Amino acid sequence: MEQLVAAILTMVAGVLVCAAYFWGTNLILDRIFPSKGKFGAVASRNLRIANSIRPWLFLAPALLALTLYLVYPVAQSVWLSLHDRGGQNFVGISNYQWMVNDGEFRQSIFNNFLWLLVVPALSTFFGLIIAALTDRIWWGNIAKTLIFMPMAISFVGAAVIWKFIYDYRAAGTEQIGLLNAIVVAFGGEPQAWITLPFWNNFFLMAILVWIQTGFAMVILSAALRGIPEETIEAAVIDGANGWQIFFKIMVPQIWGTIAVVWTTITILVLKVFDIVLAMTNGQWQSQVLANLMFDWMFRGGGDFGRGASIAVVIMVLVIPIMIWNIRNAAKEAGGR
Amino acid sequence: MNPSTRSPLMCAVHLSVLLLVLLWTMPTAGLLISSLRDKDQLAVSGWWTALATSSRNAVARAPSPESQVERDGKFVISGNVLEGQGGQISAFGFSSREPAKFKPGETAELNDGERLTVQADGSFEIVSDQRMEGSRGQRIFFTASTPPRFTLDNYAEVLSAAGIGRSFLNSLTVAVPSTVIPILIAAFAAYALAWMPFPGRALLLAVVVGLLVVPLQMSLIPLLQLYNGVGAFFGVPAKTYMGIWLAHTGFGLPLAIYLLRNYMAGLPREIMESARVDGASDFEIFVKIVLPLSFPALASFAIFQFLWTWNDLLVALVFLGAGDDELVLTGRLVNLLGSRGGNWEILTASAFITIIVPLIVFFALQRYLVRGLLAGSVKGG
Repeated sequence: MEQLVAAILTMVAGVLVCAAYFWGTNLILDRIFPSKGKFGAVASRNLRIANSIRPWLFLAPALLALTLYLVYPVAQSVWLSLHDRGGQNFVGISNYQWMVNDGEFRQSIFNNFLWLLVVPALSTFFGLIIAALTDRIWWGNIAKTLIFMPMAISFVGAAVIWKFIYDYRAAGTEQIGLLNAIVVAFGGEPQAWITLPFWNNFFLMAILVWIQTGFAMVILSAALRGIPEETIEAAVIDGANGWQIFFKIMVPQIWGTIAVVWTTITILVLKVFDIVLAMTNGQWQSQVLANLMFDWMFRGGGDFGRGASIAVVIMVLVIPIMIWNIRNAAKEAGGR
Repeated sequence: MNPSTRSPLMCAVHLSVLLLVLLWTMPTAGLLISSLRDKDQLAVSGWWTALATSSRNAVARAPSPESQVERDGKFVISGNVLEGQGGQISAFGFSSREPAKFKPGETAELNDGERLTVQADGSFEIVSDQRMEGSRGQRIFFTASTPPRFTLDNYAEVLSAAGIGRSFLNSLTVAVPSTVIPILIAAFAAYALAWMPFPGRALLLAVVVGLLVVPLQMSLIPLLQLYNGVGAFFGVPAKTYMGIWLAHTGFGLPLAIYLLRNYMAGLPREIMESARVDGASDFEIFVKIVLPLSFPALASFAIFQFLWTWNDLLVALVFLGAGDDELVLTGRLVNLLGSRGGNWEILTASAFITIIVPLIVFFALQRYLVRGLLAGSVKGG
């Protein structure tokens, strides 16, 4: 309890310091370059100088934090990936050479690609279907809220929820895991699902699909509502049926949004860590890059070189999406 | 009623949505129901049977003959097979070949002249005319049916014993300042990017959009080194709450700036121009006009950041550590999965405690969350 009080005090202090910084620097700027009460050329010169400095005062804390916590680490990670485990000696590309020949790394890359293929596709697909269906019924909003709910649950919490569903008891005893109970009810053999190599990946992916479908649904539902009524009315008059309207009129108009949902989930998938750590910790051939990276970061006292090189691989996979995002944002800003 | 709502197609829509909703809520419902069940029932039957009377087959061993008492010239051993667990005996027997041969109240003739009677409430008596010999007690097979039992015992146990209470406080300590601190910093930066002309503004905005997707993994090792260095230099611990607050601030800033800038850029230009004509400075315009008007965007970001910091595992593990005192809820849950993997009464109750706060936030403030999601994803071409 004490630490919580301390935390709140620190928080209040932090906010006050921030406020004092913004207010104080602004005041000082106005003192050094006063524009009120001066005349003519002096006033306009001072105003111009003050206005060119002020944005940087507003931006300074954010730029400092962004540089320290994101920009510098990216450069440093690349640098570290070319060095040995302690980060002292330059080793060239040998970390990357090790990586290419390492069975566990290859396994992780393979699994990551599986995740990339399955999770964004299924989440977007389910999200689109649910968005389209719930828009037509009176209790659609309740349904949406319930399907959206897993978004609020942590990956670890979701892992516990699903581990319970995948729970395995020896054949013949009563199953308390839902999946095995269903399998047994249909006359099948119970399985320890998360220990089945290769297939266990899909059981882990189900968790992320379960969480991310709500996100896809919310965004796509808004996009579907933004479709101009006239296009649909015209299709109805031309005699199109429900399927045709959906797939030939509505979906093509929201391709942009579908791409956004797809790429956002793709980024998340590349970073997936908690689920794998909590469910299998990479055992039974379910390793992924982010968990492998975490592993090397602390394995045997920590191998920063190899850990950083795995992080760089994740970064490289993200870069195409990053460029695409920046282009879109620039296009949008230019069009405004 | 609209005729279209009665068509078979609409029925199919209702049914499929119902099916999807069930599919999506069942996992969480299973967790909640299980966490409220009696732990002995939880271990042997599925949560979907929670309302049914469960029956189990079990074996009890009567006390050894040393505990026999003499009563009315007969020798008696007595006890209760249920040992206070509650329930009803529906059948019993004395050999594994016929474990359910007798009904409660009946008397079974054992091999050596002893007579066994088990009542429906589980109490039993073994009666013999001679003094009983041997050192081992008689085995009694029985089928007990137990009515459904719901209890908060699991929660009481995890809150006191499993360290969940402590971790709950840690999670709060991490999440609250990590949510509040970035807002002010981001709001000023967003205003500058939205309404103050300066050279390089477009470039800076592109950088922020780019940083939105930089994987956290890139930052972990350099920052860990940095924190260790700073800690060693000043002689302070490297893993502190201050460190994790600042880390969460840094990681949350791109989204905060992006969200808030987009929102602020959409505010009507006339308001700001008229204020400027009235002699207000940028600082005054920001504090008195833009900040209050941006409340919905601030709320959206606050919810995001709170959910993200509360649910985060990676940042907490790296920057706060994995010691028993520092574990946040997510970290504790991972530990419990390892050490108490089979104790579902512990796991389900702990998991529910970790997700209850985000769920409350979610249901109370869903509106802002949706709005933030819609504004936060980079729009496609």
